[in-house]
Amino acid sequence: MTETTMAQALNRALRDALAADPDVLVYGEDVGPLGGVFRVTDGLAAEFGAERCFDSPLAEAGIVGTAVGMAMHGGRPVVEMQFDSFAYPAFEQLVSHVAKMRNRTQGAVELPMVVRIPYGGGIGGVEHHSDSSEAYYAHTPGLRVVTPGNPADGYSMLREAIDCPDPVVFLEPKRRYWDRADLELPVRTESMDRAVVRSSGTDVTLIAYGPMVATALETAEAAREEGIDVEVVDLRSLSPFDDATVAESVRRTGRAVVVHEAPMFGGYGAEVAARVTEQCFHYLEAPVLRVGGLDIPYPPPKLEEYYLPSVDRILDAMDRLQWEADWFPEAPPRPRADAVPLPCNDSAGASAGGSDRSRSEVSAWAPSRP
Amino acid sequence: MADTAKPKGGGTAKSAGGRRRNRKNDTPNLADEQPKDLLDYYRQMLLVRRFEERTGQAYTQARIGGYCHLNLGEEATVVGLMSALNERDYLFTNYREHGYAIAKGISPRGVMAELYGRTTGVSKGWGGSMHMFDTEARLLGGYGIVGGQLPLATGAALAVSYRGGDEIVMCQMGDGTTNIGAWHESLNIASLWNLPVVYVVVNNFTGMGTTVEMSSAEPDLYKRGSAFRIEGQRVDGRDVLAVRDAATDLVERARSEQRPFLLEAFSHRMKGHSVVDPAKYRTQEQADEARAQENDPIALFEERLEKAGVLTEEAKKEITDSVREEVADAADFAENSPHPDVSTLFDYTYATPVANESRRMPADPVFAE
Repeated sequence: MTETTMAQALNRALRDALAADPDVLVYGEDVGPLGGVFRVTDGLAAEFGAERCFDSPLAEAGIVGTAVGMAMHGGRPVVEMQFDSFAYPAFEQLVSHVAKMRNRTQGAVELPMVVRIPYGGGIGGVEHHSDSSEAYYAHTPGLRVVTPGNPADGYSMLREAIDCPDPVVFLEPKRRYWDRADLELPVRTESMDRAVVRSSGTDVTLIAYGPMVATALETAEAAREEGIDVEVVDLRSLSPFDDATVAESVRRTGRAVVVHEAPMFGGYGAEVAARVTEQCFHYLEAPVLRVGGLDIPYPPPKLEEYYLPSVDRILDAMDRLQWEADWFPEAPPRPRADAVPLPCNDSAGASAGGSDRSRSEVSAWAPSRP
Repeated sequence: MADTAKPKGGGTAKSAGGRRRNRKNDTPNLADEQPKDLLDYYRQMLLVRRFEERTGQAYTQARIGGYCHLNLGEEATVVGLMSALNERDYLFTNYREHGYAIAKGISPRGVMAELYGRTTGVSKGWGGSMHMFDTEARLLGGYGIVGGQLPLATGAALAVSYRGGDEIVMCQMGDGTTNIGAWHESLNIASLWNLPVVYVVVNNFTGMGTTVEMSSAEPDLYKRGSAFRIEGQRVDGRDVLAVRDAATDLVERARSEQRPFLLEAFSHRMKGHSVVDPAKYRTQEQADEARAQENDPIALFEERLEKAGVLTEEAKKEITDSVREEVADAADFAENSPHPDVSTLFDYTYATPVANESRRMPADPVFAE
């Protein structure tokens, strides 16, 4: 066993894929001699030549669009968007052409292509280098959206994505590029379609993906010290979504928290919460909660820790999962015009004073008269 | 300055007249041509014309849905360009592509059925007017988004180059496309990587309702490849033989020299941008000019063929009759073809079975397996 980072595992996956299939080629901004900003393509140009791994101009729509043309002709292009936000100029290509080609040709053309996108924050990258853009892609039928949370999955899922006849948006959690694992490559993990239970527990299901899986596992450990037994589910595939694995877990634990770096509003966690609620409603002891980034553009480095979900914020969310049997506060009395207490005829309590008090309370609620 | 900034008339020959070369002298001599070829061009152009007229009619009768853009007035460009390609060459077009599909070798039946949204159409009814697709004919799509097809066509040329094939890719677009980002990205890549692709700008002087002069800082569109060292030519798109020769020249050079070229073909759009466009941005005079005999590629060609004795009264009648029959047959075929079945809605979203794929129809129970 040797220590391997996710960046090294991804690099090895690309190398093995290039060696295994002459139709595979790797291109993008600075992926050639430089080896990419994160060195994921390090050494590939030297080993496989400029024909198989080469630099493209700064032109994301051009990069993704030419990959479509390549894939239409039997190529298996693996293209890199240098950063999450750099992929937005290619959005039209991804949504209108990559996602729809198979459907619009009714199966005549398949697009076995991979668009690799380093995403998420945690590296002090500020606003244009730290986005979690998964919801945009997951919202688009026809795209597969996957994200590995550890080096082994980095290798296995990238190999699988390259072999997949469908176009895959492969989101690489950039803050985890340097995470290490004892690992012998090549390695094969579970199918990339499947969510995986990373840590078993009985009290609450913590649903995470990509960069947040490690944070979720850390949280599970901390929670155990507080007496809460947390099960961590690593989604891996954001689209399609593995309902079965997630629902099975939540039905067992009865509680669920979804965590992601992206802003909460309209985020991917909303979809997870809705699906879990639809499928586990009668098993739930508490509402499904979300922990996410704040609903603001990505903040400066010194403020990142407030923006990103942390162990503490996830533990706080867990505290709000209505653990006490009598968690629900007494319902406040609701004033209603038709609920006026009648003058009391009860001899035991009958007194002019009591009756008058009732009336005066009623009059206080009644609309004032001119 | 005022001269170039001023809109000069919403799509007339006058609008770019001063700059345009007179191509009359360049047009090939009919004596050098095979009469069979000439009659074939004539028939194809007439087929596109009658097909599009029928399409417009079916659209206004609500038999065809969606949006519908016709090739009326561009028949010489369509037929000239397609005659320059060989069977193995690839074609990408924009959304005004019915004529190209037919001229590239797809049966009018398949195109009309696609327009009608029927399963017998080239895209099984899912594409409609703007999204024809046929791998066999190597029409790799009409595209509904301006400029969307440019990176794709460039990528197809990259694939050809990568595999060492001898095919070329033709990428057709309208004049407005030359202002979108994908144009610049694609031309740069094609030139940088020496890709065998011919970009063809079909200039009808108007991007929907905005003139070329109002939208392009360099309204001589064939010059716009110069920033990428791509050689450009302009040709009279009303002259089928001139288009054929210009296109053949560039196609063969792209093939042998392995580099991109740019061709601009100008012609008039006889009707609005789409069938339902009232074209309010044109004056009556401009609309009349767009439909004038002198700008009608079929009338022009017909006159030349008749003068040269190639198109006899008898041949003309025979061609006209057979075209009419073919178009009627295509429409009948489309009318009588089935609509796609609702059960096919989920069939082609993904190539592989996906975990827990949602194939639920609205009325199905939530927990159905």
